[in-house]
Amino acid sequence: MTAATTSVTADARPISRKLTANRLPKWAPAAIAVGSIAVGCGIGAVGGLESHLQWGLISAVLFLLGSYLVSAQVEGRRQAKDRFATSVVWVAFILAVVPLVSLTFYTVQQGISVVNGNFLSHSMRGVIQSGPGGGIYHALIGTLQQVGLATLMAAPLGLLTAVYLVEYGRGKLAKAVTFFVDVMTGIPSIVAGLFILSLWNLALGFSYSGFSGSLALAILMIPVVVRSTEEMLKLVPNELREASYALGVPKWKTILRIVLPTAIGGITTGVMLAVARITGETAPVMMLVFGADAINTNPFEGPQQSLPMYIWQQYSMVNNDFGYARAWGAALVLIAFVMGLNLIARGIARWRSPKGGH
Amino acid sequence: MTSSSPAAPRGRERRPRDSRVGDKIFMNLARGSGILLLVIMGAIAAFLTWRSVLALSTNEGNFLTTFEWTPDAPKPVFGIAVLAVGTIVSAVIAMVIAVPVAIGIALFISHYAPRRIAQPFAYLVDLLAAVPSIVYGLWGALFLVPHMDGLTSWLNQYLGWTYIFDQTRTGTPRNLFTVGILLAIMVLPIITAVSREVFRQVPRMHEEAALALGATRWEMIRTAVLPFGRPGIISASMLGLGRALGETIAVAVVLSASNVLSLHILDAGGGTFAQNIALKFAEAGDNGRNALMASGLVLFVITLLVNGAARLIIARRKEYSGANA
Repeated sequence: MTAATTSVTADARPISRKLTANRLPKWAPAAIAVGSIAVGCGIGAVGGLESHLQWGLISAVLFLLGSYLVSAQVEGRRQAKDRFATSVVWVAFILAVVPLVSLTFYTVQQGISVVNGNFLSHSMRGVIQSGPGGGIYHALIGTLQQVGLATLMAAPLGLLTAVYLVEYGRGKLAKAVTFFVDVMTGIPSIVAGLFILSLWNLALGFSYSGFSGSLALAILMIPVVVRSTEEMLKLVPNELREASYALGVPKWKTILRIVLPTAIGGITTGVMLAVARITGETAPVMMLVFGADAINTNPFEGPQQSLPMYIWQQYSMVNNDFGYARAWGAALVLIAFVMGLNLIARGIARWRSPKGGH
Repeated sequence: MTSSSPAAPRGRERRPRDSRVGDKIFMNLARGSGILLLVIMGAIAAFLTWRSVLALSTNEGNFLTTFEWTPDAPKPVFGIAVLAVGTIVSAVIAMVIAVPVAIGIALFISHYAPRRIAQPFAYLVDLLAAVPSIVYGLWGALFLVPHMDGLTSWLNQYLGWTYIFDQTRTGTPRNLFTVGILLAIMVLPIITAVSREVFRQVPRMHEEAALALGATRWEMIRTAVLPFGRPGIISASMLGLGRALGETIAVAVVLSASNVLSLHILDAGGGTFAQNIALKFAEAGDNGRNALMASGLVLFVITLLVNGAARLIIARRKEYSGANA
């Protein structure tokens, strides 16, 4: 695309009735990208900008301008706008990938050297906070117990509510429940913690324990379970229910033996995703479980520890490298656990979902 | 089913009554758990209000306009002015950054990316929605904050005249701006997931009609995809906003809090509702706790309104709901 050909085609357009307009070659966006990154880095290096964030932002702006101007020269304004939009979308994509990848990478990088057998199998009992050693065994036990108890409470309740909404729910009550389930998904975790604190600990007089933490976690978990189960139950074909009724099977048996088994894959996925979500909750646990350095295997009595709270406590001892290291180790374990749950859950969803499931 | 069918004739006379009883029990169980859910919501509001009233009756300052937070002092004085401003400012920064980027990513996944990239990337975004907020906080404090130094001073230098980017005190950038960026990163996956679902549901015919009329891809998106997806985008943003408003631990880790009310977002200081609760809770006495619950109630009401509004907007198109995102 030299300048000469451009002008020729522009002059000759009415006569030759050329159907295609001038187009940039396929490699043009890539070339503009490489060019603007080079210039951006150049400006950054020459201007002495220390933050690489700025280098990236300058390159991004150059790329957007470059692709618009080049395309406007060659292809015209409408195409240029299109190119510009495409570039914006790509820049947004990269803007999002950078922090997310950095987060994962940095956590693994910092945590991998800390996590070992000793770290996983020891508590912090008798370990000097500002010194080396210690581990997350007590926090692991605490997290598993609290999340387990919360799941035992929230899963059946959520399941039954979803069954009510899909199979029985008519009228005002069902509408109210649907609306408040939706609103409940947005309750800040700290508010759930405050509620349990005022109800369980202050009004009813129980003391700090793993169980009061799991009560708050259950409140956060219920709406997630209800929503996902509801979606799954709606996917069960009505023909199955009708066939069952036609055979004279009562409704409750139809639900228990036909509807739920058909949707069980999706329901399991939903519950596991909810578990993954509450495992990482820090705020309510911090208020209600209190934190302990020693192993406490009884979630109903005495303070416990939990992984997210452990990270918070280790971080809170400001400028303490041993604390930071332990925090990163625990963060890596937590992320691995949550991501693992997510992957398994999505695997189950793909493996046995009713038709149309994701 | 097969094992029980031979036994069926034997119990034929009894079955109608049986099943009616079973049906009743089961239905009441199901309805009961639905009602229990409403009761929980009501109880949250009731208990927080009760505690708040206890706290407010002792307050010597004005709850809405006081800056200090000393509810355990002999003359208890506490107010939410700083917290309210900090919460709103950080959430606004987060939304300004996150919403356009999230729409961009959603469009990237639904319309721009080659199939081979789109699917795994959508998956990756969903996974990142599950990263616990404490990990975001840890990363924000130990990685993002040091890297924000340059950008902060650059903004101060060139945009300082706008007042909000004016940095009046030097120090580590543990300020509302950094918090806003961190919150933006945190809510990005949620907004993306919901708007992506909406963009996918745009009728194929609308898109093809636009293209057939000679629209470029961007014109097609502007005329067919975005108008269709607008309610979805709005509700997705409000879900993200709800999350940003209520985020506790990541903010508590990153922000260096103080009871200074200032719109210089590059200055360290300020606070948010949730962060204040998390930070002050450990050493709070009886009245201190009640005061924190009063601020929690305000947060609860705000998120309730935001989420309720989001849900009402989507109510017309039920399938957009992002609760399982």
